[in-house]
Amino acid sequence: MPDDLNWAIGGEAGDGINSTGKIFAQALSRAGRHVFTSKDFASRIRGGYTAYKVRSSVDAVESVVDRLDILIALTQRTVDENLDELHDGSVIIYDGERTMMSDFEAPGEMTGLDVPLKRLAEEAGGAIMRNIVALGAACEVTGFDIAFLDESLEKRFGGKGQAIVDNNKEAARLGAEYVREEMVVETDYDVDTTDNDLVLLNGDEAIGMGALAAGCRFYAGYPITPATDVMEYLKGRIEDYGGIVVQAEDELSAVNMALGAARAGARSMTATSGPGIDLMTETFGLVATSETPLVICNVMRSGPSTGMPTKQEQGDLEAMLYGGHGEVPRFVLAPTTISECFHKTVEAFNLAEKYQLPVYLTADLALAVTEQTFEPEEFDMDDVEIDRGKVVDEESIEEWTDEKGQFRPHAVTDDGISPRALPGTTDGAHMSTGLEHDELGRRTEEQEMRVQQVDKRDRKVETAVEREDWSCREFGDPDADTLVVSWGSNEGAMRDAIELLAAGGIDVRFLSVPYVFPRPDMTDEVEAAEDVIVVECNATGQFADLVEHDALTRVERINKYNGVRFKADELAEEVKAVLGEPADAEVEAR
Amino acid sequence: MSSDIRFTDFKSDEQPTWCPGCGDFGTMNGMMKALAQTGNDPDDTFVVAGIGCSGKIGTYMHSYALHGVHGRALPVGTGVKIANPELEVMVAGGDGDGYSIGAGHFVHAVRRNVDMTYVVMDNRIYGLTKGQFSPTSREDFETSTSPDGTNQQPVNPLALALAAGGTFIAQSFSSDSQRHTEIVQEAIEHDGFGFVNVYSPVGDEEFDHDRTDYDAAKDLIMDRDKEYQGVIYQDENSIGFETREGVTEPMTDIPDGAPDDAMDLVREFY
Ligand SMILES: Cc1ncc(C[n+]2csc(CCOP(=O)(O)OP(=O)(O)O)c2C)c(N)n1
Ligand SMILES: [Mg+2]
Repeated sequence: MPDDLNWAIGGEAGDGINSTGKIFAQALSRAGRHVFTSKDFASRIRGGYTAYKVRSSVDAVESVVDRLDILIALTQRTVDENLDELHDGSVIIYDGERTMMSDFEAPGEMTGLDVPLKRLAEEAGGAIMRNIVALGAACEVTGFDIAFLDESLEKRFGGKGQAIVDNNKEAARLGAEYVREEMVVETDYDVDTTDNDLVLLNGDEAIGMGALAAGCRFYAGYPITPATDVMEYLKGRIEDYGGIVVQAEDELSAVNMALGAARAGARSMTATSGPGIDLMTETFGLVATSETPLVICNVMRSGPSTGMPTKQEQGDLEAMLYGGHGEVPRFVLAPTTISECFHKTVEAFNLAEKYQLPVYLTADLALAVTEQTFEPEEFDMDDVEIDRGKVVDEESIEEWTDEKGQFRPHAVTDDGISPRALPGTTDGAHMSTGLEHDELGRRTEEQEMRVQQVDKRDRKVETAVEREDWSCREFGDPDADTLVVSWGSNEGAMRDAIELLAAGGIDVRFLSVPYVFPRPDMTDEVEAAEDVIVVECNATGQFADLVEHDALTRVERINKYNGVRFKADELAEEVKAVLGEPADAEVEAR
Repeated sequence: MSSDIRFTDFKSDEQPTWCPGCGDFGTMNGMMKALAQTGNDPDDTFVVAGIGCSGKIGTYMHSYALHGVHGRALPVGTGVKIANPELEVMVAGGDGDGYSIGAGHFVHAVRRNVDMTYVVMDNRIYGLTKGQFSPTSREDFETSTSPDGTNQQPVNPLALALAAGGTFIAQSFSSDSQRHTEIVQEAIEHDGFGFVNVYSPVGDEEFDHDRTDYDAAKDLIMDRDKEYQGVIYQDENSIGFETREGVTEPMTDIPDGAPDDAMDLVREFY
């Protein structure tokens, strides 16, 4: 019996899968169990199918695996879609009174639990609660104390009145009782609980919370999956700090509003996904050349064009690095975990203001839609530092004026960073423009000044490389011959894969890179390794190309672009395949 | 700065390169006078300029300013004003900038009604790119890209503004500098989006309907045969978007660390 429990609910779009899954995840979290959820499933058959999976353990969990222990199947298809993850010990809860499930039989040795979900829900007060009945049944099957489910139901439905909460609790109880009294289930699940207080949140929420911690006051955006949660998180909270969320008419507008707010002196941000990044690219060069601090969050999804809007991909790396005409300095940060989404957001705001340039903060669908538990201390607000860079006031502005007393917003300096006067600062009035300009911000095409301004902007990057910490996160065995490198959200799956590989006698050194530009120099690590493998969720290996470019060495690539994130056991097998090691017999057989 | 601001304080030391006799000279002078007469000074004023001949205004004026991307001046102004409602925000651009590439933003800026002023230099042509037809060009207007006329209807910006729920809709003639200045001044004083279409050629007469009379305004705006000067419609009860959203203070000052109660944000996720 493994020490993690893998649970899922699946059905058709509109079956309330997401909210039911979240309720169960919350219940496990309340019980002090760690939770890692996923709901980004590409159908193997056709669209319309949705599922919410929860992996849970008393220890921290950071990835999904290819194993399903308990499945609430609202449709036959849910079972078909998951056949390769189900095993002989799996329990499938279904409603045999639902017409489409009347002929259902659990495959192989699996246990099928026919629970009249709809009928019991009606008994409790309404058919709408049938998924909650199923949750009660799942508690009974796993020996999980239903009191934790009650707490979760209170959190979810508390705002709708006590009657609704009570009905839902009753529905859960009826499900549990039915299983207890009517069915003979023998499982060896034993869902331990702990006294840990854990918080459960997704990557978009972590980004939003990071923005509030960092003093972000202005957010403009246009809704797009999977970035919308950032906007929805901020709306209703940012106002408490005197800020605002503006829903713009499109992303062209959103980024320009955010730019305007930043020029006015607010910490400002927008968030979007691929199609919106394309539109914002129009203004990107202006942000950079006017030296405006702006955080642009790109929660990547599968492209190109409208692509697969609810599926995972890390395909925008080059768009962020090179997007836009002309040559424009920018930073690209790629948090590797949900908690890092918080920390990197704070960092992004500081970097944007210290270096007065646009910062791409890039998450992806896997981070955005995954709920994960953390100790609250992971988000220690006392650790948050704010650095607004070279902002001048009425006094210090004198150091930065020319002989006529005019402020020099693009003063050519040794470190490339110029002073910044926020509007309203006496004697600071100046013009900013997307045209090439002189120190005062006035248009120029004069050769020497053009070169000085380009060099000055590039020098900010050099300064940042010297002054800031751009290091990787390192895991595994530092002396291993095999080096795995990845960027962004693959960290969790790869860390779990390292354990699986180590158990099979294969040691791996793993560098997880949260900075795409500037990025750590990995030449030494690459040279020290016998095999270098770059793991990423795209087809062409955009980050692998960068590693090859930086280290002047060829690397192996593991790429995934079917719309589903890496799973730990799958990744371990892929690494073995690259190394020419035999596959794991058990995984093979499943 | 002191209260004795003169309009020349809003002049930069750059010499305009507009063609002699261009309406942009008068338009800009009126903007500077209106800003000075409403008690603003350059350090508390933010001008956002579009791209076009008209967009060069940002260069020739002295204030905080952004000369941005073609067509996107209104969203920039929106961001500036909301982030710091204490600033006087004036957006200026051409008919191509505002009614063609930026037409989407125009409609939404009107409906959003942020308290700022939008001055459009409507010369009915693409000036900067040397004479192609613009969205306000008449059907029979012959240009390098419309040798036989445009074969399409001109947009009626005043009607667009009225249809989008505009709260201050005016037109001035750049040739009539005094009236133009007065109208821009009223647009500045209006609580909400003060829209002034500055018609460059000489137009027709004044009118004398009650500016709060929506139907009278509609009739006048839909009259395709004449160009009128004046404030055609005003909703005197207008309240700016940022005020309705409860923004009263500049968003510029933030604490040195996370807000005091920030751990509550974490606890929400229990
Ligand atoms: C994206 C983009 N497309 C095209 C241009 C070229 N361009 C600059 S100004 C302009 C039209 C200007 O017309 P209008 O807004 O009426 O201003 P005017 O020069 O007449 O004052 C065009 C097409 C540009 N700068 N950016
Ligand atoms: Mg024009």
